[in-house]
Amino acid sequence: MFTNAGTSSFTAFLSKVAPEMLPGRRPLPPGMAADMAPHATTIVAISAAGGVVMAGDRRATMGNLIAQRDIEKVHPADAYSLVGIAGTAGIGIELMRLFQVELEHYEKIEGAMLSLDGKANRLASMIRGNLGAAMQGLAVIPLFAGFDLAAGDPARAGRIFSFDVTGGPYEETGYDAIGSGSLFAKSALKKRFRAGLPVEEATRLAVEALYDAADDDTATGGPDLTRRIYPVVMTATAEGTHRLTDAETAAIAESVVSGRMENPGG
Amino acid sequence: MAMQFYASPEQIMRDRSELARKGIARGRSAVVLSYAGGVLFVAENLSSTLHKVSEIYDRIGFAAVGRYNEFENLRRAGVRMADLNGLSYDRRDVTGLALANAYAQTLGAIFTEQSKPFEVEICVAEVGATAEDDSLYRVTYDGSVNDEPGRMAMGGQAEAISGVLKNEHRPEMSLSEAVRAAVKALSSVGGEGGAARTIAANQLEVAVLDRGRVGRTFRRVTGAALTALLEGDAGADTAPAPGRAKTPTVPTEEAKKPTTSAGSADLEGNAEDKPAE
Repeated sequence: MFTNAGTSSFTAFLSKVAPEMLPGRRPLPPGMAADMAPHATTIVAISAAGGVVMAGDRRATMGNLIAQRDIEKVHPADAYSLVGIAGTAGIGIELMRLFQVELEHYEKIEGAMLSLDGKANRLASMIRGNLGAAMQGLAVIPLFAGFDLAAGDPARAGRIFSFDVTGGPYEETGYDAIGSGSLFAKSALKKRFRAGLPVEEATRLAVEALYDAADDDTATGGPDLTRRIYPVVMTATAEGTHRLTDAETAAIAESVVSGRMENPGG
Repeated sequence: MAMQFYASPEQIMRDRSELARKGIARGRSAVVLSYAGGVLFVAENLSSTLHKVSEIYDRIGFAAVGRYNEFENLRRAGVRMADLNGLSYDRRDVTGLALANAYAQTLGAIFTEQSKPFEVEICVAEVGATAEDDSLYRVTYDGSVNDEPGRMAMGGQAEAISGVLKNEHRPEMSLSEAVRAAVKALSSVGGEGGAARTIAANQLEVAVLDRGRVGRTFRRVTGAALTALLEGDAGADTAPAPGRAKTPTVPTEEAKKPTTSAGSADLEGNAEDKPAE
């Protein structure tokens, strides 16, 4: 089963040898299942000069309950791109792991990385595969961003793609947010974003936007100063992906919170 | 009805072995060895894109000699198996031993069941925490597996190369010492009248599994970094920084794709292997 000529796609290989491992291939009993599993919430992405920044809050909710305080929803997809998930947490995490393997698998088989658009299209088709479950309330929406190695101008190489449940990939200009608090996060970014921000300023802006989302959306968690749980902030630049250390995100989050002590609206 | 001539099983196996051994001996060689910082692969290869050495998983590398189409098929199978197991269980649960066993099963089945055996010899290498923990498995055309003691040579005049390598190799070597030892071993045969020769840097395929890295440890050593290692530049040991490559690989354009295969390059000059035109 391993030696057939086949394709370079890992999901295509799985669909032949182990279709039960693909999230969209499982038969689901009829009915709505939206409230039975934890939901992951807000992710923001901002394109900056020479890269892109993605940040996510740490809360997962189940109805009115907080299911988890320290879930991690932003991950590297490969060496130069990031993926964040909102929606049903279990399926989202599975889909993200599968996407990571998909990109690595292609790179190993072909000896070359997929283009950034290729990666986005691949993710789109994986989301499309989950459409049946999404219609029963188990929707997953990712946010994808990365450093485009083929971009002529490195200052414009940070690109962001958003998706809908049917898999449509849409390239976003400047910034985007997904999840329950995205409305507030995007409103905050709309007023504060400008093109060509340095990466350091963009990371601060991302944490500010998440604060605004947590301010008005119960499902989004703000910086948890008592437990020292802060947003996950990652960057993708020409040097590859990088996750800010806990100390770095703590410093940003604490300065955002102290700023809001004086001016709650930011 | 045509009468089938009887051939004893011993005769059939002997013929297949001979075919495979001849095929492997015709090609260019590859060596794999442990050094202080990881596992080093050096193969003689005229192509810079059709690899004999490649990455299978985080800490596992693959080197092969023989027919390109056959070992490429095995390499892809290995990547698929490793990725499937890593996704089903955990990344730490993918081991070189499991992979070597799977290759042995595949090659053994092909050797006994099919009319032509695979003319390949492969090495599955796994980098450990120290040079003593590295494992190098040699899997041959008939499915036999050997656990090699920190170094191995395969393809071409493998025995002569092995002899030189045994004298030169120490597990505590630095990267540049290891590269030079490997190149000395590879170039010890094949010159005029069986004498030593020189191999240019652009005919070498060099890669390492870097012990110190977390995650994917495989990286290729090419261009200026390789030249510096060959010249014994002490600073070059650390030159390919344990970060990302400065010139990342992007899909090549159609026009830049090579028109020759490593298989045909290996077999050039052997009239008996050329198809009748």
